[in-house]
Amino acid sequence: MNNIPLEYYIALSGILFTIGTLGVILRRNAIIVFMSLEIMLNSVNLAFISFARYLGDTSGEIFVFFVMAVAAAESAIGLAIILALFRKKQTIYVDEVNVLKH
Amino acid sequence: MNEILWISLEALIKAIIILSLLLLSAAISVYLERKLSAWIQLRIGPNRVGPFGLLQPIVDVVKLIMKEDIVPNGANKFLHGLAPVISLAVAIMVWAVIPVADPIKIGDHIIQMGISPNADIGILFILAMTSVGVYGIALAGWSSNNKYSLLGGLRSSAQMISYELSMGLAILSIILISGSFSLSDIVNQQFSHWGGFRWNIFIQPLGFLIFLTTAFAETNRAPFDLPEAEQELVSGYNTEYSGMRFGMFFLAEYANMATSSAIITLLYLGGWTLPFAPSAIGLEQGTWILGLVQFVIFAIKIYLLVMFFIWVRWTVPRFRYDQLMRLGWKVLLPLALLNLILTSFGVLFINH
Amino acid sequence: MNIHLIAFIVLGILAIASAIGTIATKHPIYSAMSLIVHFFALSALYLTLQSPFVAVLQILVYAGAIMVLVVFVIMLLNLNEDEKQTIRIQSRNSFGIVLAAIFFIMIVTFIMSNPLNQPNSTNVYNLFTAQSLGSVLFTKDLVAFEIVGILLLSAIVGAIVMAKKKLIN
Repeated sequence: MNNIPLEYYIALSGILFTIGTLGVILRRNAIIVFMSLEIMLNSVNLAFISFARYLGDTSGEIFVFFVMAVAAAESAIGLAIILALFRKKQTIYVDEVNVLKH
Repeated sequence: MNEILWISLEALIKAIIILSLLLLSAAISVYLERKLSAWIQLRIGPNRVGPFGLLQPIVDVVKLIMKEDIVPNGANKFLHGLAPVISLAVAIMVWAVIPVADPIKIGDHIIQMGISPNADIGILFILAMTSVGVYGIALAGWSSNNKYSLLGGLRSSAQMISYELSMGLAILSIILISGSFSLSDIVNQQFSHWGGFRWNIFIQPLGFLIFLTTAFAETNRAPFDLPEAEQELVSGYNTEYSGMRFGMFFLAEYANMATSSAIITLLYLGGWTLPFAPSAIGLEQGTWILGLVQFVIFAIKIYLLVMFFIWVRWTVPRFRYDQLMRLGWKVLLPLALLNLILTSFGVLFINH
Repeated sequence: MNIHLIAFIVLGILAIASAIGTIATKHPIYSAMSLIVHFFALSALYLTLQSPFVAVLQILVYAGAIMVLVVFVIMLLNLNEDEKQTIRIQSRNSFGIVLAAIFFIMIVTFIMSNPLNQPNSTNVYNLFTAQSLGSVLFTKDLVAFEIVGILLLSAIVGAIVMAKKKLIN
């Protein structure tokens, strides 16, 4: 029987979320920022599933489906934005997109 | 702990057996392809090595191993090496959930004929693995630093994403009928009605046609071999591959063909089941003889489908790219949706 | 040391290492490869949590669909190595690192200070099958399910509109 404490999974989820946050803050490349967002979403999924498993409740798993659906929608829109950005400005670095600044 | 050890050992032995059978069947498919294509084109085909050229695949492999392994200038070495491994690994991994016969009994032990045939996510696992398979070709095209390869890689990823949808919808109709993701359940369910002949092809003819078409597209075989179109892309994603790395792509293509044929057989053609109760010819449920007979039936069905694949490749011309996309999105997808809706109405009608 | 703990540690280390690889490598395609490994590690972790259905959906949706799109875009734009330094130390960056560190400490202190009720370790294998999840999804959460359908449709329309060339120029 699986006897790993729930805290281990939550701690792992927290570490992964922090790594994702760091990626979003530190990187300039829009695609890598996008991938860091996916890491954050997935760490939350991990927390949901470990709670669902330890509480014996299906709601956590159902939530994960919705997170996945939203992530799929987000990836379609996000990549379309990145493609449009590249066509317009020939760059995908988020700090070079400063039309509103000047 | 001890139990886990035994389960792993059993899985390992089964994996080794299935892997060797798969490689053997790939070699046989290569021979079949060369021989059949020769007959279709009024040639003789390989006849120098061994009787009827039967040893030709071995010679082919030796030639590929002896050849120099070239990595082109400016190529991404790591990904260039990784891509063929992904292609081959994915083609093999699907067999983890494919059963080849009914479970047999030896003493008190019930031995499943497959690594994990009762996995209740069987079909989903197959779908997941085929969707991961696109990385092999896409990365091969991108990492070769060659514009033809890149075009081949882009074409293949677009093609596989487009056709996966229709494939998934066709499979969904089967799941609606059987009520289970497990491949053993689906096969047994086809056997248990109509005296063993309620194959899904008879109640899902449209779904079968859709699945067959998408299987051709997913294996990148003609008439959907646009990623490696020799005349326009000088063989596309594998232009820059030589030696055993090319051999791995080659092997993956034939392994994929066998895998697709196995899935079509399991989903639509009744799998390994005999068209009557096994006791009618004196075979008891659970004996190893019955297991062997069922495995042979399964293998014959797979090989008939492999020959069909080969026959189509050498008789049907290639699509143009816009025709391919139109077929995928404007014909197959609506038809698959229609099939799904009709099937759900049918299931609802029969259940109530 | 039991086998579950060993599996958890190996998979956890793999997940953390591949996540770090995703945000730290220079080349976008290596980031993408690393992220695919990350998704596979998470999928295996879901298996240790007795959720095979979600585990296989994880591969199907993330590794099979989303990452194929990302790799497709990287190939289409033919992105090369970042000519910029991967991580520059600026005021904004150090602010980010401090923020992430504070956030992490918050999680750790939360876990340490509130010992979660050690839950019932019952077998939930039969609870997390496709059948039972589906029946919940189509009865209790039907409204949310339909709304997600609308969301996906609007995302498709939005993506097509944005990717059209005419609107950009």
